Amino acid sequence: GYLDDQFVQLEELQDHANPNFVEEVVALFYKDSSRLLLNIDQALEKKPLEFTKLDGYMHQFKGSSSSIGAKKVKAECTLFRDYCRAGNAEGCMRTFQQLKKEYATLRKKLEAYFQ
Amino acid sequence: MVVGTGASGSMAADGVEERKQMSALIVDDNSVIQKIHKVIMTKLGFETQVVDNGKMAVDLHTSGCSFDVILMDMEMPVMNGIEATKELRAMGVETMIVGVTACSLESEKQAFKEAGLNECFVKPLNMEEAKSLVKKLNKEDN
Repeated sequence: GYLDDQFVQLEELQDHANPNFVEEVVALFYKDSSRLLLNIDQALEKKPLEFTKLDGYMHQFKGSSSSIGAKKVKAECTLFRDYCRAGNAEGCMRTFQQLKKEYATLRKKLEAYFQ
Repeated sequence: MVVGTGASGSMAADGVEERKQMSALIVDDNSVIQKIHKVIMTKLGFETQVVDNGKMAVDLHTSGCSFDVILMDMEMPVMNGIEATKELRAMGVETMIVGVTACSLESEKQAFKEAGLNECFVKPLNMEEAKSLVKKLNKEDN
């Protein structure tokens, strides 16, 4: 699946006092993600790559992804960070493309969930 | 589980000691984490305050604020969790400081603990972990 136990934890936090909690958290995730993906896209166009900067952005994206239980996106974040630490530009580029695909799929799943 | 047993209470008219609501400071630059931790701590009866980085946490304490527990992220801009924890301990802040980090490197987590944390968890905190903190706080209070 695309979402792990952390998503279940979020569902369990939703109650009458926080009736739209899951939707609100996901909205924040989307907002964070859009900003970070744009930053990473732009950073990947600069040559040579600034691996420390890229790693920093991806650390934040990984944090947000794991907070909502987005396990496949999180896995790509981890791989990307490994490539950053190894100074592997091609690996970073390739992984980022895969990450964007996983993220797009995740958004479709979440949209279906909220309908 | 008893929540809200602050160190100081006041006597109500019928002679029953009133319990002070406990307070939590959430220190994290990630809005998703801020929201999750705020909801968890609020559910457990805490009054919460949220700041974006370690410097804001330190400034709050410098201005005289105090809390029963601090949830401290490790990586933040301006001042990170390690620096902020060291600074707070150097100021004499004895509040329970709980590190929450997405960092998987043991060496970095160890450095965070050595800065003066009482506990360290992988973020986000879950309800069970938060309840364990409340138990510890209530034990210390008693």
